[in-house]
Amino acid sequence: MNDQTLLAMCSIATAGFTMAIGALGAALGESRIGAAGMDALARQPDESDAITRNQFVGLAMVESTAIFCLVIALVLLFANPFVAGQ
Amino acid sequence: MNPDLFSDQVLAEWGAIPLTSTMISSAAVSVLLVVSMAWVARAVREQPDGRLAAGGRMTFRFLADLVRQSAGRPSPTLEVFGGSLFLFIFASVLLGQLPGVRTPTSNLAAAAALAFLIFIAVPVAGIRARGPLGYLRRYLRPNPLLLPLHLISELSRTVALALRLFGNMMSGQLVVALIVALAGFLVPVPLMALDLLIGFLQAYIFTILGCVYIGAAIQVGEEQ
Repeated sequence: MNDQTLLAMCSIATAGFTMAIGALGAALGESRIGAAGMDALARQPDESDAITRNQFVGLAMVESTAIFCLVIALVLLFANPFVAGQ
Repeated sequence: MNPDLFSDQVLAEWGAIPLTSTMISSAAVSVLLVVSMAWVARAVREQPDGRLAAGGRMTFRFLADLVRQSAGRPSPTLEVFGGSLFLFIFASVLLGQLPGVRTPTSNLAAAAALAFLIFIAVPVAGIRARGPLGYLRRYLRPNPLLLPLHLISELSRTVALALRLFGNMMSGQLVVALIVALAGFLVPVPLMALDLLIGFLQAYIFTILGCVYIGAAIQVGEEQ
């Protein structure tokens, strides 16, 4: 096993871990936003427009951390600067 | 397998300038938007009761409300700017659903260019509204020690805007491409519908965040 194989192996494993941990954090955060949004909707159904809008904005902001992890994982897999031949 | 996520396919050469697929598709989005909006504007003028005119007015009202609420004050220039951003991002998602066309914003350079527009628009709007000194005072508030943090936050939020748009658009295209390769024709249709929803949401977020940043620069010093 030469250095390049080891590097590729580590990159693939790290990409998996990046995505797993990144998705975990975003999932926890989004679930809290969803629960809080449902709670607010149940209390104030008249304000559903504003609540839903702010909820979606918050969801997309939280999800962007998972998207950053996805970009890093894809860089590791497909555009890794340290692996030769790419 | 190399799905060509971070590079851009060169389709033609125009003199010394390579014409990439992103350049052509984003130019196509701009031209289509200008033509269709001119059509809607003509309908509003000549047939104000028609469906097209009603749709155009509803779209405009939606965008103007969105910008006004997130910037915190009415500003016709900002409405045009934010509305154009929204329409461009959403129209590029729509164009990206066509077979063989990549969403222009699923290229990092295109997404970064949109975020850079916001990065430039913040000081321009702030200086126009408050004057150079009034705008620069924002960086020394509440304490001059926070100047480096203000500068870092300007840069990092621009990078975050670009990466968020790029990551969402690119991951949608990648998932559709993977499902087509694994499962076959017509299977990824629900995912493409989800892609449209995400594209709408990202256009919304991008516009809101841009207008919040610009609105914060305009309102410097009003909080006291």
